[in-house]
Amino acid sequence: MNPTTGEPADGSQSAATTPGDSLRHAAGPYFGAYGGRWMPESLIAAMDELNETFEAAKADPEFVAQVKDLNKNYSGRPSLLTEAKRFSQAAGGVRVFLKREDLNHTGSHKINNVLGQALLAKRMGKTRIIAETGAGQHGVASATAAALMGLECVVYMGAEDTRRQSLNVARMELLGATVIPVTAGSQTLKDAINEALRDWVANVETTHYLLGTAAGGHPFPAMVRYFHEVIGEEAREQIIAQAGRLPDAVAACIGGGSNAIGIFHGFLDDADVELYGFEAGGDGIDTPRHAATITLGKPGVLHGAKSYLMQDDDGQTIESHSISAGLDYPGVGPEHAYLSDIGRVKYEPITDTEAMDAFSLLCRTEGIIPAIESSHALAGALKIAARKIESGAKPEETIIVVNLSGRGDKDVGTAAEWFNLIDSAATVEATTDTDAKDAK
Amino acid sequence: MNNVSVNNVSKSAAAIAAARAQGRPALICYLPAGFPDVQGTIDAAVAMAENGADIIEVGIPYSDPVMDGAVIQAATVQALAQGFRVAQVFEIIKGITDRCSATVMVMTYWNPVLSMGVDEFSRRLAEAGGAGLITPDLIPDEAAEWMEASDKYGLDRVFLVAPSSTEARMKATVEASRGFVYCVSIMGVTGARTEVSDAAASVVAAAHAAGAENACVGLGVSARKHVEEIGAYADGVIVGTALVAALHDGGVPAVAKLTAELSGRHIAV
Ligand SMILES: Cc1ncc(COP(=O)(O)O)c(C=O)c1O
Repeated sequence: MNPTTGEPADGSQSAATTPGDSLRHAAGPYFGAYGGRWMPESLIAAMDELNETFEAAKADPEFVAQVKDLNKNYSGRPSLLTEAKRFSQAAGGVRVFLKREDLNHTGSHKINNVLGQALLAKRMGKTRIIAETGAGQHGVASATAAALMGLECVVYMGAEDTRRQSLNVARMELLGATVIPVTAGSQTLKDAINEALRDWVANVETTHYLLGTAAGGHPFPAMVRYFHEVIGEEAREQIIAQAGRLPDAVAACIGGGSNAIGIFHGFLDDADVELYGFEAGGDGIDTPRHAATITLGKPGVLHGAKSYLMQDDDGQTIESHSISAGLDYPGVGPEHAYLSDIGRVKYEPITDTEAMDAFSLLCRTEGIIPAIESSHALAGALKIAARKIESGAKPEETIIVVNLSGRGDKDVGTAAEWFNLIDSAATVEATTDTDAKDAK
Repeated sequence: MNNVSVNNVSKSAAAIAAARAQGRPALICYLPAGFPDVQGTIDAAVAMAENGADIIEVGIPYSDPVMDGAVIQAATVQALAQGFRVAQVFEIIKGITDRCSATVMVMTYWNPVLSMGVDEFSRRLAEAGGAGLITPDLIPDEAAEWMEASDKYGLDRVFLVAPSSTEARMKATVEASRGFVYCVSIMGVTGARTEVSDAAASVVAAAHAAGAENACVGLGVSARKHVEEIGAYADGVIVGTALVAALHDGGVPAVAKLTAELSGRHIAV
């Protein structure tokens, strides 16, 4: 990498960074100054093998058909696009549409990526997959794909997260996976990734590391995006069919950035569609407790990619904080870093309180319990709506699409605690007994 | 491998050549900076040098050490919890080189270097008397900035090669390295093992075939018998976890004793 121009060391530029070109399908390894492979040599052969397998699979109609078939007949795609009319009223009357990734099998967008990568693992002749998980959604999705395809599955999960998301631990175990609580470091997602990487180095011959977000070394960011592109492609067609035109804005939450890059992909070349990524603001970005990586981070390398990073003056990673385990990550995928720098996507923080208010609002106006991760996108949509109306837009002519990346069943314990529903523990226990026990 | 840089002859290559002249592999001893504390690191490193270490490898504690096993992680976590700052590594190097003639290399994950600025870090490392860097998560493909800075300041750059490295990558990595190449003996992370993997000999052979003058073996080396075994085919052996465990359990005297054993000497007192 050239330090001053940010260009790859070999002088080449990835197609997407050339002005005037499409921003869609950026192939990596570099997204502007970001991306690459900042990782141990021991893993490079496996990354090369993965890249070659992925490139060959993309060009193989049989593979493409396999993915399509699984998406349709296993996950239940296409996911719906639902106009949230009562939520819209609370948003000042703008039209809010929800891309219902919560309705996918296993309850979130994560299934799109795991089915694709598990197929690649089989193509490479690997018999074992490992995964990291924060909220547990990616772990559950990985365990699901492993069960479906007859692969052994080990999931690394921060010990802190196994407590926050104990229901999902049980779910993974029911699906036949082994869950290993990680007690190193901050005991959250980043440490789970470290531990998964250590496992991968030692077992790379038999094992595929099924990374759950659009981060990591090349080809992970481009590959994870590829498997999630279906979200944006469907959403674009659906909004045109239902509203007769493209939306004014698209909103998604940002952990590592996979659901967001998936939905953004559909609209990246539609210059009039504003794109927003909402990061976890935790207690607020004026406090040390947040996960607002792009908003406050600096470029650095972590887990194989150069991107924005929450780090101190010594380059040590700072521990992130969020009520949402799935957004509690101090890094972010490199394509988002690039899209932020060129101004195509705006990234903003949403606090725990703002997210939980939006969570409650969606529950009560639409009868949909969203994941707390996705609630950050809902809260963001409320802010976009308010700004649009303030700047003179006609609410009924303003359309916002929100990626509802997952459902909130896993979050009932956290939400019950947040809203002080714990005294009515009998009710809570009946629905999610493991979570409720922990919450007490 | 080009062991002559712009400003001087590679310090680590010279240390390895001196050991070779005595008919033995170079002994390279690792310890983390700031463990048990800054002065403790200096004292332990000097004890290593006095008991047969040819090269001291000082590791910079890092928040996300993906190539390290439990023992080294515990030591670096402690150093960070005690408030270790990256710039203290320069004090430590100066402290060691003021007291003995050992060659001192720094082992570091890349983000702390990026954060200080690659040129700034390199300048300060050279000023403190450091010989160069061992970079476990930097591959030559991403190292343009470091290649430039290491040439400018006459520093050694030790990249890693592994049992999984292809012939082409082996060649490119050997070419990019200066001083020696670090041959990872096993597909895994740091940690003492009872046997050294058979893969080590083939990695060293491949490195030599790719043109490496100096190929040193690390990961899992913990006892004198490993040094002898590996010394039969490699130019140096690298010991980490066993020394860190000794420092943790028995302080500087234990480090002195283990280093003497590893080098095949009797302890200097
Ligand atoms: C429902 C849901 N949404 C979003 C995320 C955040 O991940 P990403 O940014 O990769 O979409 C997670 C992660 O666990 C999740 O479970």
